Amino acid sequence: MQLDARIPSGPIEKKWENHQFEMKLVNPANKRKYTVIVVGTGLAGGAAAATMGELGYNVHCFTFHDSARRAHSIAAQGGINAAKNYQGDGDSIYRLFYDTVKGGDFRSREANVHRLAELSLNIIDQAVAQGVPFAREYGGLLANRSFGGAQVSRTFYARGQTGQQLLLGCYQALERQVSAGTVKLHTRKEMLDVIVIDGRARGIVTRDLVSGRIEAHLADAVVLGTGGYSNAFFLSTNAKGCNVTATWRAARRGAGFANPCFTQIHPTCIPQSGEYQSKLTLMSESLRNDGRIWVPAKAGDTRPAAAIPDSERDYYLERIYPSFGNLSPRDIASRRAKEMVDAGHGVGELRNGVYLDFRDAIQRLGRDAISERYGNLFQMYEKITGEDPYAVPMRIYPAPHYTMGGLWVDYDLMTTVPGLFAIGEANFSDHGANRLGASALMQGLADGYFIVPLTIGNYLAESPRGGVDAEHPAARDVVREVTARQERLLAVQGNRTVDSFHMELGRLMWDRCGMARNEAGLKEALELIPELRERFWREVRVPGSAADLNQSLEKAGRVADFLEFAEVMCWDALTRDESAGAHYREEHTTEDGEARRNDELFAHAAVWEYRGDGEPPARHREELNFEHVPLSQRSYK
Amino acid sequence: MNLTLHVWRQPSPRAKGDFRTYEAAGISPTMSFLDMLDLVNERITQEGEEPIAFEHDCREGICGSCGMMINGVAHGPQKLITACQLHMRSFSDGDEIWIEPFRADSFPVMKDLVVDRAALDRVIEAGGYISVRTGSAPDANAVPIPKPHADRAFDAAACIGCGACVAACPNASAMLFTAAKAAHLSYLPQGQTERYERAAGMVTAHDEEGFGNCTNHGACQEACPKGISVEYISRLNRDFLRASLSGIAAAGRGD
Ligand SMILES: Cc1cc2nc3c(=O)[nH]c(=O)nc-3n(C[C@H](O)[C@H](O)[C@H](O)COP(=O)(O)OP(=O)(O)OC[C@H]3O[C@@H](n4cnc5c(N)ncnc54)[C@H](O)[C@@H]3O)c2cc1C
Ligand code: SF4
Ligand code: FES
Repeated sequence: MQLDARIPSGPIEKKWENHQFEMKLVNPANKRKYTVIVVGTGLAGGAAAATMGELGYNVHCFTFHDSARRAHSIAAQGGINAAKNYQGDGDSIYRLFYDTVKGGDFRSREANVHRLAELSLNIIDQAVAQGVPFAREYGGLLANRSFGGAQVSRTFYARGQTGQQLLLGCYQALERQVSAGTVKLHTRKEMLDVIVIDGRARGIVTRDLVSGRIEAHLADAVVLGTGGYSNAFFLSTNAKGCNVTATWRAARRGAGFANPCFTQIHPTCIPQSGEYQSKLTLMSESLRNDGRIWVPAKAGDTRPAAAIPDSERDYYLERIYPSFGNLSPRDIASRRAKEMVDAGHGVGELRNGVYLDFRDAIQRLGRDAISERYGNLFQMYEKITGEDPYAVPMRIYPAPHYTMGGLWVDYDLMTTVPGLFAIGEANFSDHGANRLGASALMQGLADGYFIVPLTIGNYLAESPRGGVDAEHPAARDVVREVTARQERLLAVQGNRTVDSFHMELGRLMWDRCGMARNEAGLKEALELIPELRERFWREVRVPGSAADLNQSLEKAGRVADFLEFAEVMCWDALTRDESAGAHYREEHTTEDGEARRNDELFAHAAVWEYRGDGEPPARHREELNFEHVPLSQRSYK
Repeated sequence: MNLTLHVWRQPSPRAKGDFRTYEAAGISPTMSFLDMLDLVNERITQEGEEPIAFEHDCREGICGSCGMMINGVAHGPQKLITACQLHMRSFSDGDEIWIEPFRADSFPVMKDLVVDRAALDRVIEAGGYISVRTGSAPDANAVPIPKPHADRAFDAAACIGCGACVAACPNASAMLFTAAKAAHLSYLPQGQTERYERAAGMVTAHDEEGFGNCTNHGACQEACPKGISVEYISRLNRDFLRASLSGIAAAGRGD
C-alpha cells in the first residue's frame, strides 16, 4: 500500500494557496460531463454535493435517511471554531493551527491542520450569508465563547443547536441545487459497497430501503462523507443510524484505514440509567464554562448534593489542573471522572456519575443569564432525568462520542483508492489522537465546501471519463456479492436478535478497547471478536424479507460490519504501544497519570490494509513531521 | 410497570393496516418511550414476528425522525417534546397506549409507523434558501443584525421538520412548517432579496403537494415540539399576498 500524502511544497501558510494554483482544472464547460457520487448529506457530504453542483458537476448524492436534513450533524450542540479573532483576544490562524496539532497530541498532519485553520474564516462567512442564526451580541455582531479547553474565545454557536443550524444552511444550499437540477438526491438509499474498475473508484452499490432493490450507480469519482463509527461501542452519543459500513466496505476494496483506535470519549454525557438504554445523551461541553465538576471527597458518601458542604467536596479538576480547571481537554476530563467513579466517589442512584454544578454560576450571574446560555440543555437534561439542574447539580459521565480514525487520505482528501475521496468524520485527517471541542463541524465544512470541490478537479482532469455502466462485469459482480450477503443474513434464522449482538460487541469493546486499554485486554478482545462474529452468523435472527422496508435487515448489515471492523480497532490499539491523546494504554503513563507518547516509535499514522477474511490486516505507516509545533509533552497543569 | 400497547401495523403502503395488541411488561419509568418500543421489538423478534417499524435516529429531539401519534396526540402527551424525549415516567402501571403513524394525505404510510415526509423537502426546494455561492460571502460581521431580529429568526429556525404540525391539523396543512422556514430567512437582512419569490415558491409548492389550507385552528402550535408560533403563518400569508399582488412569480421552480 502506497502512502504518499502529496503535501505541497512551500512554507506552511502558502501551501494551500500554491496548491490551488498548481492543481489541474476542469474546464467549466466540461464539468457537467463528469458525474460525481457523494455519499452522505451531513455537513461534509451536504456541503460537498451543494458546492460541486454549483460548480457545474453532475452530482448524485445518497443518504440512508429519509431527508438530507436528518444526518447526524444535526445533533451537534456546542459550537464551531474559527480563527476570526472577533474578540480581539489574541487568536489567529496560527494559534488555531497550533492548538489543534497540540490538542491532537502530535498525531496529525501539520499541512492539513494549517489549511483547516485558514479555511475556518470562510466557513463562518459562508454560514452567515446562508442565514445561519449564530448567537449575537446586543450591538448586532457575532458572539463567541471559549470552548473545550481553548484559552481564546473563538467558538461560534447557535443556542445549543449549532449543528442543526449549520446543517440547515447546508441542506438549503443542497435543495437549491436539487431545484437547479445539478444535484440528484437519492434518499433512503444505503450504500453497501464501492465499485472499483481498473484500480479506480467508479461507483457504488446501494440498497433501496423501501423496495429492497440492489442497484449499481456509476460515476467518475466517489466521495464518502458518511460520518464516524462510535456506535461500535453500541452505547454512544451518536445517532442510532451511525455506522461504519461505507468506510469499512471501502477499506475492504483497498482503501487504507488510519488510526481506527483513536476514538474520543466525551466527558459530559448523562450517565446510563438502566440496562435497556439504547443511547447516551451528550450534554454540551460548553456547560463546563460555567459548571463546576465535583464529587464527594469521601468515597461512598450518599448524602444529597445540597447536604455536602464545600469543604467535603472535591472539585478535582480545579485541584489537579489549576490553570485549565473544569475546561481541561476531553480525554483528561474523562479519565479523571472514570477514576473518581472507580474509586467509589460516584454519585446518583447507580453511583455512576460525577456532579456538574451550576450553583455558583447562578449565584454569580443570575438564573436568567444561565438560562439564556444553556436553557435548552437544562431542559433536555430535565426531560431525560426528571431532575431540575437549576436546583440540583447535573450528573455526568464519559461516553463514546467521536472517532478521529477514518479512511486515510492524502492532502487532496483522496484515499489510497484513486478516485475515492473521504471527508468529514469519515476521514482521519485533522484531529490526530484527540479532537478539540467545536472542531468537527469546522473540519466537515472545510472539507465539504472548500477543499474537495477543488481537489476533485485535480483528479478528474487526468482520469478517464464515462465509459462504464451498470452492465460492466465489475459492477455486476459487486451487485451479486451484495445481494448474496443480504440473503445470507436472512437465511441464518437463528434465535438471537441483531441488537443483542450489537450490545454484546459494545460491552466487549468498551471494557477492552474503551477509555483505557492494555495488552492483555486487547489480546483477549482479538480472541473474542471472531468468536462473536461467528456466533452472529450462526444465531442471528433477521425477520422479514429483503424486498421491502426491513429495519432489522438494515441493522444486521451494519452490525455485521462492526463485527469485522472492531477487530481492526483492537489491532490498532494493541500495536500502538504508547499512549497518545484519547488512546490511553495503561502501560504507558506519566507519573501524573497522563498519556505518555513515544515519539521515536509512533510519530506516525498507522494505516491498515485489509487482506482478506480471516487474515490479520497489514499495518503501514505515514511518518508525521512536526516542523512548526515542536513535539512536547502536553501539560494542562 | 406493565402496559398494553395497541400499535398500527401495516406491512406496506397499499396493504390494509390494523391495530395489534402487545403487552409491554417490566417497563422502568426511567426508560424513554423508544427504549420501551425497542424492548417490545426485541420480544416480537424473538417470537419470530417482524418488529414494529418506526423512524428514529438522534433520540434527543433534534433530527425530527421520530414522529408518531401516541394516544391520539402527535409526539405524545407531554408538551414541547418529541416522541423520543418522552419518558415512561409519564405513564402509569396498567395504562393502555395507542400508537399510530402520522396521518395526512401528503404523508403516505410506508410501513407500520413510518410515513413518507419527502413533501416537506420539496417545499424547501421551491425557494426555502438564500442563494449564495460557496466562497462568495462577505465577512460575517459586515452586516450587524439587531439581536431581537436574530432572536426572532432563531425561534423560527428551531423547526426540526418532524411534521407533527401536519398530523395535528384537521386540514393536514403544513403551513406552520412552511411559515417557520420562510420566517427564519425573512427576519434576516440576507434573506430580503428573495423574500417574496421565496414566499410565492414555498406556498405554491405547499399547495401542490396536497397539504390543506390553514384555517387558523391552532392545533399545529399545540403539537409542535419546538414551540413554533402560528404568528409566522400570518407573516407568510402577508408576504405571499404581496408577491401575488405585485405579480412576483414563484422562484426556483425548475428554472
Ligand atoms: C451529540 C453530538 C454533539 C456534537 N457536538 C459538536 C459540536 O458542538 N461541535 C463540533 O464541532 N462537533 C460536534 N460533534 C461532532 C460532529 O457533529 C460530527 O463529527 C459531524 O457532524 C460529522 O459530520 P459528517 O458530515 O462527517 O457526518 P454525519 O453528519 O454523520 O453524516 C453522515 C451522512 O452519511 C450518510 N450515510 C452514512 N453511511 C451511509 C451509507 N452506508 N449509505 C448512505 N448514506 C450513508 C448518513 O445518512 C448521513 O447523511 C457532535 C457530535 C455528537 C454526537
Ligand atoms: S413547525 Fe413544529 S411541528 Fe411542524 S415540522 Fe417544524 S418542529 Fe415539527
Ligand atoms: S429521534 Fe431524532 S427527534 Fe426523535
